Amino acid sequence: MTKQIHLAAQLPGIHNVTVWSDPRSRSQIAIGSFVHLARTAERGKFDFFFLAEGLRLREHKGSLYELDVAGRPDNLTMLSALSAATTRLGVAATVNATFNEPYEVARRLATLDHLSGGRTGWNVVTSFDAFTGENFRRGGFLAEADRYTRAAEFLATARELWDSWAEGDVLADAATGRFVRPGAGEFAHHGEHFDISGRFTTPRAPQGHPVIIQAGESDPGREFAASDAEVVFSKYNRLDEARAFYRDVKGRLARYGRSPADLRIMPTATVVVADTDEEATAYADEITRAQVSPQTAIAHLEAVWGRDLSAYDPDGPLPDIDPEPESLVLKGHSVFRTGRAETARRWRALAEERGLSIRELMIEVHGGQTFVGSPHTVADAIDHFVQSDGADGFVFATHLTPGGLDDFVDRVVPLLQEKGVHRPDYTGTTLRHHLGLAPRPRAERTSGNAREAS
Amino acid sequence: MTDSPLHLAVALDGAGWHPAAWRSEDARPGALFTPAYWADLVAEAERGLLDLVTFEDALGPQSAAPHRPDDRTDQVRGSLDAVLLASHLALRTTHIGLVPTVNVTHTEPFHVAVGIATLDHVSEGRAGLRPQIAARAADAAHFGRRTTPQLTDDDIRDPELIAARLRPLFAEATDVVEVARRLWDSWEDDAEIRDTATGRFLDRDKLHHIDFEGPYFSVRGPSITPRPPQGQPVVASLAHASTPYEFAARGCDVVFVTPRDRTGAKAILAQVDEAVDQVGRDVRDRPLRRFADLVVFLDDEPGAAARRKERLDALDGAEYTSDAAVFTGTPGELADLLLDWRTAGLDGFRLRPGALPHDLTALTRRLVPELQRRDAFRRTYGAGTLRARLGLPAPRNRYAQHG
Repeated sequence: MTKQIHLAAQLPGIHNVTVWSDPRSRSQIAIGSFVHLARTAERGKFDFFFLAEGLRLREHKGSLYELDVAGRPDNLTMLSALSAATTRLGVAATVNATFNEPYEVARRLATLDHLSGGRTGWNVVTSFDAFTGENFRRGGFLAEADRYTRAAEFLATARELWDSWAEGDVLADAATGRFVRPGAGEFAHHGEHFDISGRFTTPRAPQGHPVIIQAGESDPGREFAASDAEVVFSKYNRLDEARAFYRDVKGRLARYGRSPADLRIMPTATVVVADTDEEATAYADEITRAQVSPQTAIAHLEAVWGRDLSAYDPDGPLPDIDPEPESLVLKGHSVFRTGRAETARRWRALAEERGLSIRELMIEVHGGQTFVGSPHTVADAIDHFVQSDGADGFVFATHLTPGGLDDFVDRVVPLLQEKGVHRPDYTGTTLRHHLGLAPRPRAERTSGNAREAS
Repeated sequence: MTDSPLHLAVALDGAGWHPAAWRSEDARPGALFTPAYWADLVAEAERGLLDLVTFEDALGPQSAAPHRPDDRTDQVRGSLDAVLLASHLALRTTHIGLVPTVNVTHTEPFHVAVGIATLDHVSEGRAGLRPQIAARAADAAHFGRRTTPQLTDDDIRDPELIAARLRPLFAEATDVVEVARRLWDSWEDDAEIRDTATGRFLDRDKLHHIDFEGPYFSVRGPSITPRPPQGQPVVASLAHASTPYEFAARGCDVVFVTPRDRTGAKAILAQVDEAVDQVGRDVRDRPLRRFADLVVFLDDEPGAAARRKERLDALDGAEYTSDAAVFTGTPGELADLLLDWRTAGLDGFRLRPGALPHDLTALTRRLVPELQRRDAFRRTYGAGTLRARLGLPAPRNRYAQHG
């Protein structure tokens, strides 16, 4: 059966994806940039617009990291504004379950679902990161082993809060004088991480529960995705790896009484379109070289080597000194956290085998662009990737803010529509509908028993 | 026009401030949780050229008792997050200031600052923040990480007693506002350099750790959000007693006060001035705008507003009273009152419509033209941010080097 392709767009917040030096690159924070990208995605009948989160500016060798785009809005506040600039596009955000409390997160997401008319998605993440914790009351209290138990209980608690109001609890009957049903919003959750009770403020939202998104490649991450998520983001955008991940995660669903259709797997991807394949390839190289400037190449190497390498020539060979395994040069960045010694060994072997300079190596391992070619080439490649079960769709992070999606939407999307693998228009109003997910029925009010945190 | 322009704000809350307002004929109680309802109200306020709207909020449902939850089902219960609501309305409006209430007792100071900075970015300089402490102990159980003082029935008869019991929460709130302001300053205006020669997007010398350490929390910074368009969004607080006057004097740009008459207004403003002196604030440098809050029921026909309020009182089973004075009358009478009270030294008023949309529409379509006829209110929105409209000077960045 031909699968429908799910499409999402992301305004890249940090990392070296954004080529800010391009003269067409506009503000990373101005509302106009966000509106442009969101409206482009809506014109392309995308499922949703996504914003990642970072609650502390990155630091490199003890100073703020200067090379990449930085500065981002509060996700949900921005998406709430964008929900007024769009009518059908889903709006999804990463919201951290470590530096927030279930009551406020559940309330903000329920609010966004009301304001957007049922278009909200939530990428549930946790942080163990004491560096980010320095901006918050709780600090960096969370042991890494507790990450998924807290995330699972956080989500379970949020679900109890969303279920604390039934549909129809708002009577608003002026004749009888009944505004609410008695007991609306009552909840009690007594668990390992959260012990809370009282009344939830926000009536049941259009989707009941926002679409739950999860990202993470680890084994506990995959289990969490299989048990609780409706969309999974992955980094696997090469077909062989992606198919292995897809098979594995979809295979875990049955254990939780779910079917493969209950979960969409959407890798992050980039796309470069030009008139011909040759032009696109040349443009893609240009983009990648701009993304990995000489300074960026050294900085990435320093992040893995754990030491100052500013004396090295980016066009020269790799340093002959070994990495400093204990020192963390780059803070506030999820990459390079673990396995740095192993990464260094792999890079050294690759550089020696291919005779690559530092910058060439960084360009090589940076991965380049996912889909490159003429509109037909790109449409075929995306379709093939999805039909051969590498993914259910993609989240596109564009190298240009905010115009980076224009070509894709104007030139590739019509071809996907012609193939019958992408909707010619929205057929529903909610994100859950766009993704082809079943409505989530409301659980009966719990009376003080926490759901077992898995 | 008299010396300085009169400022008018409107406070939006549910179906209006009267607890039975949702049962009024033109109320839309079934739409309270839809964006269209709020968009219509704010569009109406903008039609009336009002300075700003505030949105009420709390981290627990509404209650007839100020200090604890109730079980009433005959009044509006349920609310949306005010920051997100204000942000949603930002793209549906162009001029009016948007000032959400934010609980600062249970919300992370970092999130408060970043949320309001974002609102300022999306509204292009129209954001405010109304910090509010959590006066209900029950709200703390929604978070489960601390307790807060339980006010008694005796406490709540006297604002001074309330404030005394909640004094530590005001001290903490003062720190939250201080942290928010430092975070707003933590990016200098020109921190983003996009210098292709050196490959640097940022100039790290123009970004600053705020390193706030206080008894309640510490925050390292800098903000994740670049400096908002206003530099410092407008901070406004509601105050009824000495401790909250002091809170306003330390950290706010606008204070909403609740006099019962002109003489009362004078007395309160004297107390506010005293608080300003006490904290050593130089108001020539950092002005504090003073607005009086009033609940208003407005009808053209004399006596009609009072009769309407009585009908609502009967539906609710109690006479509606408020922390603020309750006005019933005609738009002309209200204009008289505002211009009279103003001579006590007020900069403006925050009017709380008794019933929505009725009393808001009466404000925008009857009161405002009446004030304009008397040359006491603007006829167009000028360009500029909310700060500028309120006559608040452009803020200096505390971290920037001044040559």
